Amino acid sequence: MIYWQLFLAFLQIGAFSFGGGYAAMPLIQQQVITKYGWLSANDFTDLVTISQMTPGPIAVNAATFIGNQVAGIPGALIATIGVVLPSCLFVTLLAFLYLRFRSLSLLQGILQALRPAVVAMIFSAGLFILLPTLFPSLSTATGLDIRALFLFLAALVLLRKFKKDPILVMLLCGLMELFSRCALLFFRV
Amino acid sequence: MEKIPEKKEENASKTVPERRSLPYRLSRIFLSTLYLSAFTFGGGYVIVTLLKNKFVDQLHWIDEEEMLDLVAIAQSSPGAIAVNGAIVVGYKLCGIPGILFAVLGAVLPPFCILTLISFFYDFFRENFVAQSLLSGMKSGVSAVILSVVYDMGSELVKERDPVKLLLLVGSFIANYFFRVNVSCIILIAALCGLIRTLLQEKILKKTAKTPPPSDPEGCGAASCHSEKQETEGEKRKKEER
Repeated sequence: MIYWQLFLAFLQIGAFSFGGGYAAMPLIQQQVITKYGWLSANDFTDLVTISQMTPGPIAVNAATFIGNQVAGIPGALIATIGVVLPSCLFVTLLAFLYLRFRSLSLLQGILQALRPAVVAMIFSAGLFILLPTLFPSLSTATGLDIRALFLFLAALVLLRKFKKDPILVMLLCGLMELFSRCALLFFRV
Repeated sequence: MEKIPEKKEENASKTVPERRSLPYRLSRIFLSTLYLSAFTFGGGYVIVTLLKNKFVDQLHWIDEEEMLDLVAIAQSSPGAIAVNGAIVVGYKLCGIPGILFAVLGAVLPPFCILTLISFFYDFFRENFVAQSLLSGMKSGVSAVILSVVYDMGSELVKERDPVKLLLLVGSFIANYFFRVNVSCIILIAALCGLIRTLLQEKILKKTAKTPPPSDPEGCGAASCHSEKQETEGEKRKKEER
């Protein structure tokens, strides 16, 4: 049953995304694209982009969006509850234990080991977004999208060298692409 | 909430929110998390800071030291930091009902926004302007993600901790090339961390002369990190002997 699948998938996403922010991305990718095929890789990239441009955590945004796409508003509700539930349980449990024992050293040790794994998997998920963007026609090397590569490099420079706000950088990229497509249309006609 | 230590009760006059009625507190929690969640761009860490501003500096409902611990709990738990932050604050102030209202406030804005976007998504995909914008933003979002990964990764590499480097490389290869289940990798890494921490504590107990690792705060990344380094050093010394 679709609602149950949505609930389970997002329960897992909620329960295993340690570290906040992008940590949910590899899990969403695995559950939603690979396992259930609810979104195409392209739609997933759009979703991540939209998540960046709107307030709210990626995991919650993804739950609402995918729930809506797959099973309407009830689906969105169930997926969102699924993604938030592990947080509620875990945080409450931790807060309770913490108020009892005033120490989280064992947990801190575990989290120290989780960080590298999470970073590695965010990188992996980032590559799954970057490569189709640069090589839209799947056939590698030959299908390089020069414009996308240029935008990517320009964005990197703006982010790293000039420390610009990510949302601004992404907006600029979008506007540049729109502008160049308009220009192409204009000159062809 | 019964377990709040005496220390907290001393400055109760300043920080006790119990004077306010429960409905008032709940509505305040709901409205604060709703507002922050609706207007905060830039991820969970920003929201946690703003929560602190609201409940520590403005309302004085939570004292600063305790807020640090609550933030540590929020960051240690799985899930979105913004939601976790709302949960700890709700739990601290009103127990289980507080959690419900805090989560509702934190989730409602993204829920509404994304539901709206989802309705128009098919239209977006067909629309020339929206499609071009989204397509260009893909390059931007890739750059943003890789930049974040670079920051996090270089921080890890700087620590020069062989186990962490092994985990970093190992989980990348497992995930990217062999498509190993993400949850599996998380569990394995957690197990590594657990074993390692237990071993370290054992070693520390054996070398009883050195004081045991007292980390009463148990949180602040910096303090935790330095302590980690210390135990590492001690471990190595032991091995050399």
